This record gives sequence, structure tokens and C-alpha cells, in this order.
Amino acid sequence: MDTKKPPCTDNQADRTDSNPVGSSRREFLSQTGRVTAGIGVAALLGNLGHYALSYAAGGPPIKIGVLHSLSGTMAISEVSLRDVVLMAVQEINKAGGVMGREVQPVVVDPASNWDLFAEKAKQLLLQDKVSVVFGCWTSVSRKSVLPVFEKNNGLLFYPVQYEGEECSRNVFYTGAAVNQQAQPAVEYLMSDEGGSYKKFYLLGTDYVYPRTTNKILRAMLLAKGVPAANIAEEYTPFHHQDYQTICGKIKKFSAGGGAAVISTINGDSNVPFYKEFGNQGLRAEDAPIMAFSVAEDELRGMDTSALVGHLAAWNYYQSVDTPQNKKFVANFKAYCKRNNLPDGDNRVTDDPIEAAYFGVHVWKQAVEQAKSIDVDKVRAAVYGQKYLAPGGTIMMDCCNQHTHKPVLIGEILKDGQLKVIWRSKGLVKPEPWSEFTNPEKGCDWIKHKGTYQKK
Amino acid sequence: MTRWWQALVGAVVMASVVGLISSAEGLCADDGSEPSSADAAGASTEALIAQALVDITSDEVEVRKAAAAVLINHGDIGLIPKLDEIREAGGRAVRVAIKPVVDMLKNRANLSNESSDSRRSAASDLAMAGRVEAIPYLKQAAEKEAVWWVRYTMDESANLLELQSDDSTVQLAAVKALGELRSQNSVSKLQELIDAGTAEGATDQQRTVATAATAAMSQIESWSWWASSMETLFRGISLSSILLIMSLGLAIVFGLMGVINMAHGELMMIGAYATFVTQQCFIAWFSPDVFDWYFPIALPVAFLAAAGVGWVLEATVIRFLYGRLLETLLATWGVSLILMQAARVYFGDLTAVIAPQALRGGAQVMVGVYLPYNRLFIIGLTIICVICIYYLLFRSNLGLRVRAVTQNRNMSACLGIPTRKVDSYTFAFASGLAGVAGWALTMVGNVDPGLGQNYIVDSFMVVVTGGVGKLAGTIWASLGIGGLNKLIEPISGAVYGKVFILVGVILFLQWRPQGLFAAKGRSADA
Repeated sequence: MDTKKPPCTDNQADRTDSNPVGSSRREFLSQTGRVTAGIGVAALLGNLGHYALSYAAGGPPIKIGVLHSLSGTMAISEVSLRDVVLMAVQEINKAGGVMGREVQPVVVDPASNWDLFAEKAKQLLLQDKVSVVFGCWTSVSRKSVLPVFEKNNGLLFYPVQYEGEECSRNVFYTGAAVNQQAQPAVEYLMSDEGGSYKKFYLLGTDYVYPRTTNKILRAMLLAKGVPAANIAEEYTPFHHQDYQTICGKIKKFSAGGGAAVISTINGDSNVPFYKEFGNQGLRAEDAPIMAFSVAEDELRGMDTSALVGHLAAWNYYQSVDTPQNKKFVANFKAYCKRNNLPDGDNRVTDDPIEAAYFGVHVWKQAVEQAKSIDVDKVRAAVYGQKYLAPGGTIMMDCCNQHTHKPVLIGEILKDGQLKVIWRSKGLVKPEPWSEFTNPEKGCDWIKHKGTYQKK
Repeated sequence: MTRWWQALVGAVVMASVVGLISSAEGLCADDGSEPSSADAAGASTEALIAQALVDITSDEVEVRKAAAAVLINHGDIGLIPKLDEIREAGGRAVRVAIKPVVDMLKNRANLSNESSDSRRSAASDLAMAGRVEAIPYLKQAAEKEAVWWVRYTMDESANLLELQSDDSTVQLAAVKALGELRSQNSVSKLQELIDAGTAEGATDQQRTVATAATAAMSQIESWSWWASSMETLFRGISLSSILLIMSLGLAIVFGLMGVINMAHGELMMIGAYATFVTQQCFIAWFSPDVFDWYFPIALPVAFLAAAGVGWVLEATVIRFLYGRLLETLLATWGVSLILMQAARVYFGDLTAVIAPQALRGGAQVMVGVYLPYNRLFIIGLTIICVICIYYLLFRSNLGLRVRAVTQNRNMSACLGIPTRKVDSYTFAFASGLAGVAGWALTMVGNVDPGLGQNYIVDSFMVVVTGGVGKLAGTIWASLGIGGLNKLIEPISGAVYGKVFILVGVILFLQWRPQGLFAAKGRSADA
């Protein structure tokens, strides 16, 4: 048995298609022919050597795709996910690869452009023939690649919390469903410990995630006996900057106490919102803002003085106190510094970063269990897979493609970190179809074929 | 009162178990509140508290509640560290039991805090906690209070708590007082009283209270209508001032010089980043005491940075394109993309400007009318900018030349005006104004590469609606659009508010393509 480890890959997969002389000019050819031939032979030898090494260690490298926007508006969030996926790959390769085979990442940039997401997904599946893809952030990008993965029977690991109501056989959702983030957060606010809030102001950016989440939350609040008059719902356009009127409304709504704001505001609207909220004399004690889209990575770029004391709900925080998390955070910072990534060791980890990270490891375990990279076999092996993630052990569901995760409520601190003030008892089972809005629907790929009607 | 007795009884029972009978009984005999000897009282209160600190971790709900009541009645701020320890160690139930105690003790101590904000927060928190034990403390604090708004909150909180009283005369007095105070916070509680009084089987007392509550409610509502109208007006003016300060530079470049400068938003972005850089310099090189001075210093920095970039832009790109509207549009759009990506590459997306202390929070001018300082500041700044521009354009030699070149370039050149220089200065000045706008906007929004893109469309909308080339038009258009937006938004929501405004502007321009103020005379044809 050869114990030699395969060489560690570079972070960026070398994707220069070696097609140096596509010229038809004979002169040019004859002049450079020799040189080219030399280079060709050298490259061939190099490749052979490379392959020889890999084969010696168990087989040709396994290609995986990384589909995160590296430019455009979503780059701010998605670049960190690419970084952590590549870090996970490096760890795996250092430890001997998957089934002794090296993992070779293929990184593409869909540039925050939803059509390009589908195109790049197709390229990864058909041209690069990757065995799995880690990628996407926004719901619209996921929806746009979904048909590609379903048609070509690809496998996507999607690491971000989302609105649910989806049950695709070709996606593993390592982020939270609504019942693993939004629902427990609101239940917490209604509890004695959370402050027994009675009025809820649902505020979001106008797109699918906030709309669906708020639809579910509204149904849940009504089911729990909160009168409709105590629920307000409001949306703002993307990049909205002027929150005067909304903060005025919240002030009126919260007069007399017992009101909380549930925020699904996205991206750059958060700063003007929190600033206005504080400047209008509203405090976290009067009406706390519970946010589902503000994590450590976003807080890094904000003036936190306006946010201190407000809340967030996630399944992981950088401050989670476990030995494996300390190691994970230190590794990530070291990785970013070593590779001269922007901000180096000032980088932080957060929920989607953790979910992207353990997604890679879950896939590795499943491949090793299935002893194959065939999508159907890997999928079957992923079901029920457990992994000791930085935030604690997580478990893949037996049948619905989602992940069992703990739920943590955090309070925002001055340094942009979150302090855990509540955690769920054990893992919360994911429900892609909410019991409040779609009680008749279920998601199961073992006993049923995906989404089915409960009887 | 029942709760208070429960507390004592609970404490006594538990005390006897641990063997502290004598001191606890002594307290009981003294009726707990008026001990005959100071020493004995001190000792017995201490014992009582010590016992309550043990009881609060009990498994029995009632015992925990009793202990909490003892701590609230007898404890003081000195207990907080001890309570925090217990809270850290305890489970969920213990934390829930301890929270009201800690809140109560902290808030009670904060009623005499130095900062008026803390005093006010404490008063409103006490009302929200709903514990009648706080009433005497609130009344006492209100008598000594000097700041009217803090005193108001204390009075309001005390009266809100008195609404819980069983005595209908106390209730009636509180209801009347709240009506006089125009207390917005009491609306939901008053409504409950009205509902109780009008329900079937209500007692006479409840009915009298309900009648008083209805009267108080109408007082509050009529006042709140005025207050919210005033706030809406202020919001409209505030939004208008932001629109105006963004559009001023554009009005000069587009209106007077005839250049469609798509990079105007990025010049604002440069102003914002100049502010950020100044702030970082202060963090790096100066002591935190003078940190807030970064903001005034950043004003000239932002102006000069944006003016400098504008000057270079004019000299290298725009001077070749005067009179070719579409080309300037495309060229400056390209420049804007370059500037944006440059900012993204160099600064990244994660930059925050910390507001100086003086511009945080706001002023409570009347009951229900609260004006944030940062917005007042921007309104003031806009007025100053408008006055400066007016003097520069209409009362100075340079302004005279600018207007001459605008009206007839060739004739001005014949008369010896250096038109090239005038163009260059004007463009740099307008760019500097954009920088100032960027500086001011760091107080309300974030600093990111997309900052300019968020505002550029609105700026163009204001300038075009106002009438190209007319400063007065720009001012009226920003007031109109800002005011209308804030008037519509409470009814329609933010998304449709924006839609209505855009539709309105389109219809207006259909009716009056030249904008509010049309250029007249020969220059209109030029």
C-alpha cells in the first residue's frame, strides 16, 4: 500500500486551457514549432508525473465545482464561501484526499448574474464533469441553476438559510429552513425568557425570501393567537436608503411596549435602517430588532454602535464555544492570511461560512461511505450522515435533503460579534414545507418522490 | 399588597428551615417596613436578602416569585454582581425569575444617573416592567428632575403604573393625567379600560373610568394627529434636503454646462470615502479624545478630493466632448464604472463611518415630535450650500463669467473671458459639491462602492423636473419630490411610494417637458 500523500492542490484550480497555437499561419508555426513541441513534451511529462502520483494514491483527482459570485453585488458575501470551501478542500487533500484521491476544485465566477449562474452550472456539469458543486447564495440564483442540476442529475450543496418550499433531489440544503431560524426566533421572542413580546413588525426587502418567510411567520403568529392587528408587515425596495417613515411607524407601533421588529432587510439597506432606528430615539429595550440576514461577516463593515443589543437568529456564531470551532476560526483566519486574501486574519466566520465548510466534509464522508462518486450513490450515502461541525454535531435528514441543526439566538455586541443568549434543545428537524402555510405537503425522497401530499 | 405579603411569608417559611428564624421573625413583628431599631432592621433585611438569594434558585415557582419580590422591595444596586453570578450559573427558570429583579434594581438606580438619556430610559423601562413598586421612586425622581422631557417620561411612567391600581379614584386621576400628558404610550392601556367599561356586566366604577379614558383618548388622538403631521413635514424636508444637496452639483454641471455627468454619483462616493479615510487617519494617529473632530476636518478633505478628481475628469475626458451630449453620457458612464470598481478593489465593501457623538440621537421638541440631529444637520448644511452657490453665481465676478459662458460661449470668448478656465473651475466646483454631499450622506447611510448608484437616478430626476439650468427649479423640485414621497409613503408603503413618484414625474414631464422653470429668451434655443 502506497502511503504517499497526493500533492496538495493550489487554491485556484489551474484552468488555463492549453491551446497555445490555434494559429493557421505556417510561418509562425514553423518558427515556434520547436519551442511549442518542447513545451508540449514538458507539459505532457509534467501531467504524466502528476497523474502517476495521483493514480499511485488511488485514482485520478476528483473534480468539484465552486459556484460563488466573485464579482458584482453579491461578491461581498459569496467570496468568503469560496474561501472556506477551498480551505476545506485543502484540509481534505492534506489528510490524504477522498478515498485516497486528490480533490481538485474548479472555481468559476457567475458574477452576481442569475443567467450566468445557470450557464456556469452547465459548464461545470457537462464540460468539467465535476462530481459535486458547492455554491449559490441568493434564492434567485438557486432557482436559476435548479433546472440544470435536475436535468443533468448533478449535485449541489447550498449553504445559506432560505425560505423553504423546495424539495429538490439534486440539492442538499446545509443552511436553515424557516422552521430552523425564523420560527424559533419568533417563538423565543414570545416566550417569558425572550421578553413575552405581543406585537410584531415584519419588515423586509421586497423579494422572495422575506415575502415567503413573513407569510409563514404571519400564519404562525395567527395560529398562536396573536391578533392580526398586532402584526404589521412592510417591504422596501432593494437599496432603500430612507427609513424615516418606517421608523416613525415602528415608534407608533411599539408605543406602550411589547413590540418587536422582525427584520429580513437585505444588504446595504441595513446600515441606514439601524442608524435611523437609533437616531429616532428607539432602543433595543423598546423594540428589539430580530434580524435573519445580519451575521458577523456583514457586521464587520458596519458601525456597530447603532446595533448593540439587537438580536439575530442563526445556527452558528463565531463565538460558539467548542474546541473544534476555536480551531476552525483560527484555521480560517490563518488560511486567509496565508493566501493574502483581503483583510487577512481580520476575517470572521459566520453561519453560511460554517454551513459551506461542513457541506464539503459531509460530501467527503458520503463519498467514502458509498465508495463511489456516482451522484445517486453519494446521495443515498448523504442521508443520515453525521458530522462534528464547528458549531456542534449536525445530521443530514434521512429523506428530505435538508440538515438537522441547532438554533441559536444571539445578541449583537460592540465588537461585531454575537453573544449566544438562547439555544435550542438539541437539533431541530428541518421542514421544507412549513406546517403553518402548507400543512398538507411534505418532502421525502425515500418513501415518496419528493414533495408529496400528506393524508 | 398581596404580593408583598406573599413575599414575606415565603421568606419566613424558608428562613425557618435554614435556622434564621429569630431575625426573620423580628422583622415580621416590625411589620417589615418600619423597624424600631436601625441595627436590627439592617441585620434582618440582610438576612432576608441572603435568604431570597438562595430561594430564587428554588424549584418552586411560587418560592422564586416570592424571593424576587423580596429582592425588589429590599434590594439595591449593590446586589447586581451577585445576581449576575446566580444568573450565569442558573437555568432558564432562574434567569426568567432574576431578570425583573435585575431590571428593577438597575433602573431604580439609573433614575438618578448623570446622563439624561439613561434617566429617561430607566423611567420608561420601569413603566414597561409593570411593577407598581416603582411608583414612589418615579414620583420622587420627577420632582427633582430638571429636563422637561425626562420629567415627562417619569410622570407618564408613574401614571401608567397607577392605571393598574384597584382603587378607582387613583385610576381616574391617572387616566386624566395621561390625557393631559398626551401620552402615546398609554393608548393600548386606555383602550383596555374602555373595553372593560363598555363590556356587559361592567361595574359603575369601571364605567366612570371608561368615560374618563374615552375623553383622555380623544385628547391624545387629536394631539397625535398634529404631532405626526409635523413629523411627516420634517421627514419631507429632510428627504428634500438630501435630494437637493445631491443635485446641486449636478444642476450646475448639467444645467449650466450642458454635460450629462453619469459619474456624479461616484464623485459623491469619493467624498464619502474621503470622510472614511480621514476617520481612519484619526483612529491611527490621534488620541480618541479628539476623534469627533475628524468629521469637520473631513469636509474640506471631501470637497478637495472630489473637486480634484472632477478637475482631472474635465481636463482629460469632458473638455473634448462639450456640446456632444450623448458622448459625454457614455464617456462619464464608463468613468463611473471604473471609479466604482476601483473603490471596490481598494476599499472592499466593508467600510463604516462612525457618526460623531454630537450627531447621534435627536431632540424631543414636543410630545410626539422627535427630530434626529443628523437630519437637522443635513438640512442646515443644504441651506448653507444653497446660499453659498447663490452668492457665487449671482454676486461674484466668477459667477458672472460662468453665466456669460453658459448663455453664449462664443460671445463670451470674444469679450475676453477665458472660457476654458471657466469650464474647468465650474466643473471642479460642482464636483466638490458632490463630495460635500457624500460627506453628509455618511451620516445617514453606508459607505460602499454602490453609494453613487443609489442616488444618481434621484438626482437626475430632481434636476430634470426642476428645469435644466435653473437652480431655483432644482430647489423647488427637490422640495416637491421629497415632500410628496413622504406624504405618500405612510399610506402606500415604500415600494409603491417610489412607483407613484416616478409615474408622477413622467406625467409631469409629459405635460411640461421643460420642467418647472423653463429657460427663457435666447439661451433657451442655444
